[in-house]
Amino acid sequence: MTNLTEDLRAEVALGGTPGGTAGHERGLAERRSPRARKERTVNVVIYAVLVVLVAALLVPFLWMLSSSLKENNQVFTVPIQWIPEEFLWSNYSDIWTRIPMMGYLQNSLYLSVIITFLQVLTGSLAAYGFSKIRFPGRDVLFLGYIATIAVPWQAYMVPQYIMMQQLGLTNSFNALILLQAFGAFGVFLMRQYYMTIPDELCEAARIDGLSEYGIWARVILPLSKPALASLGLLTFVNTWNDYMGPFIYLTSNRLWTVQLGLRSFVGQFDAEFAMIMTGSVISVVPILIIFLIGQRYFIQGIATSGMKG
Amino acid sequence: MTTDTIQAAPPRNRVQGNRKQGNRKQARRNTLIGWTFILPNFLGFLAFTLIPVLAAFALAFMEWTSFSAPKWVGLANFERMLGSDSFWVALRNTLLYALGHVPLTLALALILAMLLNRKLKGIGYFRVAIFFPYITSLVAVAVVWNMLFSPDSGPINQFLQFVGVANPPGWTSSSDWAMPAVILTSVWRDMGYYMILYLAGLQAIPTELYEAAEVDGASAWQRFWNVTLPSLRPTTFFVVVMLTVSSFKVFDLIVVMTNGGPGRSTTVLSQLIYQEGIGEGKFGYSSAISLVLFLIVLTVTVLQFKLQQRRER
Repeated sequence: MTNLTEDLRAEVALGGTPGGTAGHERGLAERRSPRARKERTVNVVIYAVLVVLVAALLVPFLWMLSSSLKENNQVFTVPIQWIPEEFLWSNYSDIWTRIPMMGYLQNSLYLSVIITFLQVLTGSLAAYGFSKIRFPGRDVLFLGYIATIAVPWQAYMVPQYIMMQQLGLTNSFNALILLQAFGAFGVFLMRQYYMTIPDELCEAARIDGLSEYGIWARVILPLSKPALASLGLLTFVNTWNDYMGPFIYLTSNRLWTVQLGLRSFVGQFDAEFAMIMTGSVISVVPILIIFLIGQRYFIQGIATSGMKG
Repeated sequence: MTTDTIQAAPPRNRVQGNRKQGNRKQARRNTLIGWTFILPNFLGFLAFTLIPVLAAFALAFMEWTSFSAPKWVGLANFERMLGSDSFWVALRNTLLYALGHVPLTLALALILAMLLNRKLKGIGYFRVAIFFPYITSLVAVAVVWNMLFSPDSGPINQFLQFVGVANPPGWTSSSDWAMPAVILTSVWRDMGYYMILYLAGLQAIPTELYEAAEVDGASAWQRFWNVTLPSLRPTTFFVVVMLTVSSFKVFDLIVVMTNGGPGRSTTVLSQLIYQEGIGEGKFGYSSAISLVLFLIVLTVTVLQFKLQQRRER
């Protein structure tokens, strides 16, 4: 889960780099046209290489999509049929009655929304306490947070499980919400971002008579939108994709998430290749949409800095 | 006279006294306010992360199963673990996975980053496309790759036969090839993420360095070897640590793709902890394995930090 810090650090590191050199290069290129022509051919070659490469890397997705529109016995034909002879759209309507797909999607959505909301809210509150208010014991406490990030969660999943068993919370959403909504990672990430916001801003707001809660809500939160978006999107996607948590805690079918439902479908009907691929596509589509909308928060700054420079 | 002194000298004193008192009051107020900010998260963190972490350490030295009360047994769990065949198999498999996953992902991430680190129209789309597998749900990834690896007429073996491999491997249905299949899948999934880290590293290299090297007549290869690689050292260090740690923690991909099989050919440490602890309710014994996993991860991180420091000196 440490991905995000790096993306943000990258954004900070990249903040100063774009611009400048590009215009300079363009000016040079115009003056020396043979060089510009050579550059253009190089670019065409690079584009060709990139298109082939990316297509090759995305083959699993293409295959998934094409298989999801086939009959079961057409999935493993020799040679491979990249485009189905006949598009079997009915796979996409039949799956809802074959397995309780709608219920799975609702469960995944419910868990993802609640956990994301709690993580972002409590994470940003705690981060404010850790970065903008001075009080004794603060740094020791924060060290406790950092130390647990270094411990693999597999190392303490058994004590967590015992605890949930004692509380009678196994086989309920509450177990997952309690275990995942208060992660140290969110606090760490938000604190790193808040450290880059100058203390003078808070100081000025204090002199203007704002309370600490007011400063958090009206000064810091609006300023930390990119970090909030990153943390929110990442938590959402992680919860949506999580397999081990629901696998350990959710035993009854009506509580299953998309990931569990899909896995059990594969186990039960392992010859229904096409329908399995249909389910896979449906489980990926929400992530694809969220990713396309918020990708700049996922790959903060990196995707844009090269293009806009 | 008294009025005089009160008027003349003491105001300063009073102000100072007030400030000292005010400071103390302010400090107490700050502590209170600070805690109200931290508390909502801290309560959850304390109960569901910190206490379980500490408990894991204690449990490793206890005998506790779902059928018996906890009892202090010292190092007995560790003795049993070292004598257990399945522990060594899991440790070996985890190491094998790391040996394949770390160098392959690192190399491909760097190559992709070099390719994509240029100012071209639409380059962002390529980056996004390569990054996407990393956030795709693991179950979908595992299911699709399992089918791609299908031994009889799966696309991968069809391709291998097409390029002249007479007897393509059985991949996930063969105990020799299941691990390579898992490694290939995970490399495909992870390389986009590490590519992003490398891109950030590449863009932080000052262009003057390349210009100077070009003036000196350095070839593209020499520039890569003498400018790019040394400048990327901090990124590489970070990537290696992250990759190694994540390799030792590998869990869900294996559970979904092979579930440790065929036989025990892909069983890893995390899975063993799950099977012993949650599957069979041997809380104490599984915590001993957890502790070993934690120590390995910690050692790897510390070792790599030390190496990095020595190199920098």
